[in-house]
Amino acid sequence: MDIIYLLIPIAIILVSVAIWAFFWSVKQGQFDDLESPAHRILFDDDDDLIPEDAKPEQDADKKP
Amino acid sequence: MTVMHVPEQLSCFHCGLPVPPGSDYTAVIDGKRQPMCCPGCQAVAQTIVDGGLDNFYRHRDQSNVTPLAASAAEAATAELTLYDSKSVQDGFVRFVADDHAEATLVIEGITCAACVWLLEHHLSNHAGVQQFSVNLSNHRARLVWNPQACKLSTLFAEIGRIGYQAHPFHPNTEEVLLEQEKKRAIRRLGIAGLGMMQVMMMAIALYAGALQDMEERFVEFIRWSSLVITTPVVLYAAQPFFIAAVRDIRSRHLSMDVPVSIAIGGAYLASIWATLTNSGEVYYDSVTMFTFFLLIGRYVEMQARHRTGRAGNALMDLLPTSAMLLSADGHEKLIPATELKMGDRVLVRPGHTIPADGVIVDGRSAINESALTGEYLPVTKSVDDAVVGGTINVEHPIQVCITEVGANTRISAIVGLLDRAHAEKPMTARVADRVARYFVMAVLLTSVTVATGWYLVSPEDAFWVTLSVLVVTCPCALSLATPTALTAATGTLRQQGLLITRGHVLEGLASATHVIFDKTGTLTEGNLSIRKMVPIRSTTSLTPYNIAAALEQSSEHPIARAFHPHFTRAADDVKVEVSAGVEGSVQGERYRIGKPEYAAALSGQPLPQQPDQNLQWLLLADTQGAVAWFALDDQIRRDARTTVATLKHLGLQVGMLTGDDSSSAQRVADELGIDAVKQGVSPDEKLAFISQLQEQGASVVMVGDGINDIPVLAGARTSIAMGSATDLAKTSADAVLIASELERLAIALLVARKTRMVIRENLSWALLYNLVALPLAALGFIAPYMAAVGMSASSLIVVGNAMRLSRPPRIRRKSQE
Repeated sequence: MDIIYLLIPIAIILVSVAIWAFFWSVKQGQFDDLESPAHRILFDDDDDLIPEDAKPEQDADKKP
Repeated sequence: MTVMHVPEQLSCFHCGLPVPPGSDYTAVIDGKRQPMCCPGCQAVAQTIVDGGLDNFYRHRDQSNVTPLAASAAEAATAELTLYDSKSVQDGFVRFVADDHAEATLVIEGITCAACVWLLEHHLSNHAGVQQFSVNLSNHRARLVWNPQACKLSTLFAEIGRIGYQAHPFHPNTEEVLLEQEKKRAIRRLGIAGLGMMQVMMMAIALYAGALQDMEERFVEFIRWSSLVITTPVVLYAAQPFFIAAVRDIRSRHLSMDVPVSIAIGGAYLASIWATLTNSGEVYYDSVTMFTFFLLIGRYVEMQARHRTGRAGNALMDLLPTSAMLLSADGHEKLIPATELKMGDRVLVRPGHTIPADGVIVDGRSAINESALTGEYLPVTKSVDDAVVGGTINVEHPIQVCITEVGANTRISAIVGLLDRAHAEKPMTARVADRVARYFVMAVLLTSVTVATGWYLVSPEDAFWVTLSVLVVTCPCALSLATPTALTAATGTLRQQGLLITRGHVLEGLASATHVIFDKTGTLTEGNLSIRKMVPIRSTTSLTPYNIAAALEQSSEHPIARAFHPHFTRAADDVKVEVSAGVEGSVQGERYRIGKPEYAAALSGQPLPQQPDQNLQWLLLADTQGAVAWFALDDQIRRDARTTVATLKHLGLQVGMLTGDDSSSAQRVADELGIDAVKQGVSPDEKLAFISQLQEQGASVVMVGDGINDIPVLAGARTSIAMGSATDLAKTSADAVLIASELERLAIALLVARKTRMVIRENLSWALLYNLVALPLAALGFIAPYMAAVGMSASSLIVVGNAMRLSRPPRIRRKSQE
């Protein structure tokens, strides 16, 4: 059980690091917009990554 | 005599407006030809497709805003070149290096997350742009670009090309404070959350240890560790409660913050004492959890308040950014509107906004004063008439001598009225605060009595018994009772389309006795449309609609705009007669449309009989005589009638206040079944009317949309702005109907009433629990740990009860035709 004398201080140090990181990200404006990231992930803007032959029919003739 | 109604129409793929019959604007999107309502939408859609961004139409979940008409867009482009001048850029651009500048912009026209995607992709593909990110919540964008590679005005124009408008963002002090407040709240929430998780973990060790006889030195160590983590939560995260409590005690007004602070502070201090002396119980877990839950409630409330409070853009919509200055020798020079001085002479072209208050020195035109009065029909003004900044010149160019600038303008004065109205607003004491006052007194008195009592009987037990009294009566359940219910109800209403921005709205709605509507833009759509057409004789192959549309095409007058959807061909040689009508030739024939007398004068024939007296009729005539009658009207909103009926069914009195003094106000009221109508009233009179009602004990809900409604919105006990209202109106209202659907109002009322029920249940439960537990604790029957368990259980019951509000209510409509 003596190990908690080491583990709990480590936990407290880790929490302090987490809090520092959290403060830093708030300051950087990471939390300014909490709405759009939730939608953004749903946008299929990976057209360039799909190989030509795997694209659906209608897209194939449209794009140069 | 046949009456033709406007036929059913296709809607524009881009903006959702009806496509005028006979027009042929289309764009190929995603391999399909889609209808467009106007060249503006077509151009925007084409730009989006050409940029390879047509995915936008798949992502979006709401229609776009209709882009500016071509003529207005051109004027806007000329204005944009202003943004290249150094003096204008000073306010919002930061030059980091020669090839690196940053600017903050406000983007108008964003409706959903897909707009953000479109804007970011379109702009980022532009040469010279290093970074462009748009914030969906406050519609602000951060632009990083290379000023040597491209001009700022081109980027503004680029945003305009895809159908949005960019404005520079000038933060004011209030805005900066809001930003700081928000960041601080997030930091507090984070600290409380992280702290809570850690302390909880150690609390489990302590609870388990108590059962399994953990060694004393480990218990002591874990307690000290919990203390270390709890300290920042109490000293930083819970700070707002302490500050508010101190303020309330100073002003001798006990609010809920006082018991909350006593609970947090008391439990924290008792736990420190227990840790130092290594005796009794520690409550670090309760302290952190309680703080975290309360902070969540406050954060949600604050976020809703900030959502509409875009104070920075409030006045921007109204006053133009530039003005055409006329120098003494007659030269025209485009300058920023902020540089105008008294005595300057400016030229205001048709379609432009008058930059400041002044007097017309040359010209005669119709001025759209809807920003001031809420009425969409322009007023005719000529030389020596005063014009107000923020109103729009509709017909002819005029020259204006500026008499007032800045804070002295009429528009600024209306904003000033706001402050007065806010100050006069009746204070609504929250139920919880009223309860809190007696509760705190009772708890403090009991504790003192118990402490003295036990001190006399057995001094060594006195501290712990008093502590369990304090813990048992911990106002957790009591102070969570209201906020949890309000948070749940606010969330439900937001999904239902009503955004609540101030805390008292739900109580105001639940106790409402009167609902007062503004007419134009609230009960009605706020723009004219053709209601009826009565043909008199047929002339050519063209329908009267097409002829009228051809004549009216060049005008931006609200009457003319009603005809724009029918436009197919242009008229030649168009002459506009101020406050009379338009004359022009279509297919070689002269026509006039406008006031009956003016139109009939073209042929010299006597005036034909008007179809009826109730509506406002326009006559279309050619050289042989009358061709057709048109009746124009402001359409009543689709859901207005059912809303008024439902509100009456719920036992409320419905009234209408309008600045319009024509017969149409009475007609709208009759059609909707509203009995109490007050028409032809100014903004001041509206405020006075509401104040008088409120003095008589009525609880008024005011629903409005225009700048002219702002004072009354601010003065009513509860005010709701339409989603289409100006930003300023939205900021001064307590809630916003996001999609401008009146129906939501009835739902909101039901939710509010249910919320009031739940709050009462919660408060009764919390009080009942305290009444039962208090005597037991005072007599020393309850150990502190039992008190802590009971306290948590009663809090959970309260939270669970509040969660019932997350389900939206169903309206029982008695007549569903």
